[in-house]
Amino acid sequence: MTSRGDDPPRGLSRRAFLRGGAAAGVLSTGLLRGVPPVEAAPAAAPKSEAGVPILGPGPVAIKLRVNGQEVALRLEPRVTLLDALRTRLELTGAKKVCDRGTCGACTVLLDGKAVYACSVLALEAQGGDVRTVESLGSVERMHPLQAAFVDHDAQQCGFCTPGFVMAAKALLDRNPSPSLAEIHHGLAGNFCRCGTYAGIRRAVLQLAEAGAANPDYAPGLPGAPEPGEIENPRPRRQKNKKRKKPRGTGDG
Amino acid sequence: MVETSWPKAEARRLLGTRVSRLDGPAKVTGTAKYTYDVARPGMLHARLVHCPHAHARITKLDVSAAQASPGVKAVRVIQGVGAEIQWAHDEIVLVAAATGEEAEDAARAVVVEYEVLAHHVDDLHLDQAPETRAEEEELAGEPEKAMAEAAVRSKGTYGLPVIAHNCLEPHGQVCEWNAAKDTLTAHCSTQAVAALAPQFAERVGLPAGNVHVICQYMGGGFGSKFSADRWGIECAEISRQAGGVPVKLMLDRRAELTIAGDRPSAYAEIEVGAQADGTLTAWISKSWGSGGLGGSGRPPLPYVFQIPHRRSVHHSIPTHTASSRAWRAPNHPQGCYLSMSALDDLAARLGMDPLAFVRKNEALLGPLAKTYLEELEIADRLMGWSARWKPRGGGKGPVVRGLGLSLHMWGGSGHRSSCEVTLQPDGSVEAKIATQDIGTGTRTVLAIVIAETLGLPLEEVRVQIGDSRYPASGGSGGSTTVGGVSAAARRAAVNALRMVFDKAAPALGTTPDLLEAVDGSIRVQGEPGRALTWRQAAALFGRAPVTATGGNPAPSGSGELELTGSGAGGVQMAEVDVDRETGVVKIRKMVAVQDCGLVVDLKTAESQVYGALIMGISSALAEEKVLDPVTGTLLNADFESYKMAGIGDIGELVVHLMTGPGYDERGVIGLGEPPVISPAAAIGNAVANALGVRVPLLPFTPQRVLDALESPGRGIV
Ligand code: FES
Ligand code: FES
Repeated sequence: MTSRGDDPPRGLSRRAFLRGGAAAGVLSTGLLRGVPPVEAAPAAAPKSEAGVPILGPGPVAIKLRVNGQEVALRLEPRVTLLDALRTRLELTGAKKVCDRGTCGACTVLLDGKAVYACSVLALEAQGGDVRTVESLGSVERMHPLQAAFVDHDAQQCGFCTPGFVMAAKALLDRNPSPSLAEIHHGLAGNFCRCGTYAGIRRAVLQLAEAGAANPDYAPGLPGAPEPGEIENPRPRRQKNKKRKKPRGTGDG
Repeated sequence: MVETSWPKAEARRLLGTRVSRLDGPAKVTGTAKYTYDVARPGMLHARLVHCPHAHARITKLDVSAAQASPGVKAVRVIQGVGAEIQWAHDEIVLVAAATGEEAEDAARAVVVEYEVLAHHVDDLHLDQAPETRAEEEELAGEPEKAMAEAAVRSKGTYGLPVIAHNCLEPHGQVCEWNAAKDTLTAHCSTQAVAALAPQFAERVGLPAGNVHVICQYMGGGFGSKFSADRWGIECAEISRQAGGVPVKLMLDRRAELTIAGDRPSAYAEIEVGAQADGTLTAWISKSWGSGGLGGSGRPPLPYVFQIPHRRSVHHSIPTHTASSRAWRAPNHPQGCYLSMSALDDLAARLGMDPLAFVRKNEALLGPLAKTYLEELEIADRLMGWSARWKPRGGGKGPVVRGLGLSLHMWGGSGHRSSCEVTLQPDGSVEAKIATQDIGTGTRTVLAIVIAETLGLPLEEVRVQIGDSRYPASGGSGGSTTVGGVSAAARRAAVNALRMVFDKAAPALGTTPDLLEAVDGSIRVQGEPGRALTWRQAAALFGRAPVTATGGNPAPSGSGELELTGSGAGGVQMAEVDVDRETGVVKIRKMVAVQDCGLVVDLKTAESQVYGALIMGISSALAEEKVLDPVTGTLLNADFESYKMAGIGDIGELVVHLMTGPGYDERGVIGLGEPPVISPAAAIGNAVANALGVRVPLLPFTPQRVLDALESPGRGIV
């Protein structure tokens, strides 16, 4: 499992495991959040030489707690949490982009921590509290963080956005007033191809308590005027019109 | 009287203001459904089998195990025994199964054997290319003579490698064949909803009207998503083969990076000459590059500066890689980086501040000269350039700072477009147009234009896009969308309003030319008391809805002024820190001053510029497709090794749009391309200013910086 906190990585390596394909079962390692997987119990379940129950390769029954609701599913053990959410539960807010824990588009919260859902097996998420972007707010009632994303236009195509929102949520939950540097660090596990980082950091800073007062934000450069001081130079046709609002905007 | 032309500045209510994108809430809550998110009843999941070799012939193909694999519903051979494969990762077989995991198993069970053939993937060494295509030489004046007479000359080699589009939503589609009706419905991640339907129709053998293409949301294209693509056609065919079951096929990341979009490389040897006062006189360049089997596009050289005596030759090198695709501002980032680097090196030889050097050559800047000079003055103040610029390489200590600048240009005139505005008896207004939002805010722009025209609040206008059954509009490329759709929407809304005025005039006891649409009412000009609410006016049409249409360009012979213009100039400045011990380049600040005609939505317009700066920074610092010369395959086909800028890499960004008198009159001009052209050039010049030596080849990785410091002038190889 990929966790962005300081915790060491836990659980199975999904890549190594997937390479085995369907023919390989899953060893119930006991690292699976300490909760016995549903089908591990029957006495008839095959055991490896070490006496560890083997799950799969066929579908097994699993139970997940997603956005506060218990759901029962039958899934092959190799199915990732991301695929379970997207293709079995129709929760498509989390996106599949790299499918290997490098882009953050699939970010969801597992027990309050941001995880890459593509790199957690659905099986592994049992017993945990899974929160997806759908749990945060709706179009009519956006979460303040979502509203800040919209206000600051922190999205273009929007494909990376739910992942950024959830990563930012996890960051603000553990550090309600992150500095700019902490925002950069906390969101370093997410990529945006359209280039919305400027809006994202403005949105998150707005949410950060006293964010605007952070000393390391907006490093003013000697000699550089404030963006607002600049007026476009073409002669104005209409006389005596009040000066138009300056167009220059800084992200910083 | 309703004028078609854009309202004057004092009459604008919504145009040019800061409006949040209307579909922002849908995107930020995860409610927006992209192609990748589409789920249809009984939908199958498809996976491709790709060729591992850059050049090969298929000698054996066995799909029997795949066909027998659990959950498999259909298998299609795309290229069979005997086919010659021309690039690595080309598509060979497609399998469709009940789940994605089952399709993956089946794809792994396909057996393909190849005879491996010789390949060529090296685009950097022109002399080692087995085949090159020379483009026509461009010549003006007497370049050799002028060069010989120049007081100061500078010669160098510079280059940009192939980079990828790398859209976060990969290319792909959900295809649903209806055998009974002989129709195809295709949900596609595309930049060209209207154009895709006939593309599919032709290749699957249906009348174009039987193909329905839908794209409500798409996760990035950048020029790579204009085609139905072979995988799209195969997805349609496998749906037909499976008996009309819907099939989803999305490329995986490796495929997206390898075959779904390249920006051509460009390398050049350039010599430039000037008089002692800095006046440019001569340019001689030989450039080359590749964008795959078809070769490369030609970078415009010299860029922006019309140097009187010039010769440029370009050679295209075919390589065994998938064909290049348009990448934001095709050929311009290449022409810009190569030219601005060479000119900056010349300015350094002359001992001139690059800002003074550009001003000295004002006469060569063409029709945008005035714009550039005004923009430079603003950029100067926003960056603090004049106060802080120092000659190259004067810094002390391990970390040195530098400033660099660059200029660019683009067309951006609106494409062909048509729009339909329907007024319902209850007063509701709906617009339909077969355009798409690739992330620029197209829905929002349309709503602003229509609401502004009809005097309605923004929320009163419903905009429907992303469906090939709506009135046709062009693909979203070349910064042509905003001009095209806003002009079409303006004309459609004006035509609707004229119909409303014609109906309302008798009811108000006046003539249509004396009416105006203000604040949700139709009223006699200057007499707020003599008015109908919008709803009352709509009810005058009886129980049936009425529809008006409008298009771009202006109807021929109408004598109407165009609502969209062309020709946008921009300047950018970069400030960097470079660590001479580690080779790490850090962006401190970027300033972008951009002209784009009449701004429809200031907020999303600025986002285009921020996004372009960031994408440009990413290409300058990190991006490069690395091909293995031995196998011809892409070595960095994942996000771990195809590096991109993250949120902490972008420094401070300042955006200034040129608006107001002198700019607005040209109408709406697209903004997606121009600001992405200059960043790498400005950053490269800032790096040279910091280090005192040129790092000639993008991206500016620590290795390249350290190499340049160790052996200045070694060029690009
Ligand atoms: S899809 Fe999970 S990190 Fe990229
Ligand atoms: S908004 Fe398009 S990838 Fe981030």
